[in-house]
Amino acid sequence: MEIVINGEKLEIPIDVATVSELLQHYGLNQKVVIVELNNEILEKGNHQETLLSNGDRVEMVHFVGGG
Amino acid sequence: MSERYSRQELFTPIGVKGQERIRNKHVLIIGAGALGTGSAENLVRAGIGSLTIVDRDYVEWSNLQRQQLFCENDAKKRLPKAIAAKNRLKLLNSDVNITSLIADVSVEELEQLIDGVDLIMDATDNFETRMIINDISQKHNIPWIYGACVGSYGISYTIIPRITPCLHCLMEDIPLGGLTCDTAGIISPVVQTVVAYQTVEALKILVEDYEALRNKIVSFDLWKNEHSAIRVAHVKKDSCLSCGTHRTYPYLSYQNRTKTAVFCGRDSVQIRPAVKTDRDLAQLEKILLAQKGEIERNPYLLSFTIGSHRLVVFKDGRAMIHGTNDISVAKSLYHRYLS
Ligand SMILES: [Zn+2]
Repeated sequence: MEIVINGEKLEIPIDVATVSELLQHYGLNQKVVIVELNNEILEKGNHQETLLSNGDRVEMVHFVGGG
Repeated sequence: MSERYSRQELFTPIGVKGQERIRNKHVLIIGAGALGTGSAENLVRAGIGSLTIVDRDYVEWSNLQRQQLFCENDAKKRLPKAIAAKNRLKLLNSDVNITSLIADVSVEELEQLIDGVDLIMDATDNFETRMIINDISQKHNIPWIYGACVGSYGISYTIIPRITPCLHCLMEDIPLGGLTCDTAGIISPVVQTVVAYQTVEALKILVEDYEALRNKIVSFDLWKNEHSAIRVAHVKKDSCLSCGTHRTYPYLSYQNRTKTAVFCGRDSVQIRPAVKTDRDLAQLEKILLAQKGEIERNPYLLSFTIGSHRLVVFKDGRAMIHGTNDISVAKSLYHRYLS
């Protein structure tokens, strides 16, 4: 499946079907993350059940603490 | 001197009028590490009226790679960052009224520092302090600008009370102690990019051009060439305990605030006494002379090296115990040598 992540068209592995799995794929599942799917911010509770489809546009921002 | 800000005044969104506004503003920077020194330099060069900068740490050699106000001499002398930063900033612009404070910022310090401040710049290295800043910002209706970085990744977001979501809305209820410690190092271009995102928003706020604000949380990875921005306006939660209708400012009322803090990735623990004291460092030096450790002292702190540990005591009574990230080890060293 091809999706647009942070403005870049990327091919994601076949076993990545949900937003949760996408976060896991990018090593962001332990982080505090804001995910926007097709211009809508997802509630954290919905990451697990939200399915991705071809051509989706995803923006991901994760919080870090250093300064 | 009238030439000083000419290029900034030629920039139409600021102009002569904007420059006057900048001149009349007071900015508080929490932290004088990488982000804090960058923001401070930009704002002082831009000609703000007053700057207050607070930091709990002292300059070490590992800071010089990215903390732009410090030089080798500061590291040699282990000058507190607040002092070293002020020394340099005064050379950059003698017109700015600069106040610096050596302190670990918590609720009571922030309540005192906030008086007359127009904007708070976040340059801390932890979310415990950021959540306190966030609540103070809401309580006193003062904007603040979050900034953070690790590795080649950076992030920034501007919080305007009553208008934008606050940090608590965005992060929800996070277990503050549970956030993983980032130990991926840091490269200076990332620091400077976060500083640029923070200080451009600061200038917009200082000249009161609120229309120009970004309104997005922005993040980037300079090594991986990635960039992301999310419009978060509608994430503002009416149920938020920091900015909602029934707000309680939970991070201000937290009674059992930690007295010890492990410094992320630095093999160091800070111990903060329950009651603030004015520690007599000369007296302490006399006592420690009986021990076989090595003592160094400057007007602000005393450093005592014993075996593989180094204990640094500040005049406000705080101690940093280097060479361990075990709180119980740190506490026993503290009690043995410093109490
Ligand atoms: Zn809020």
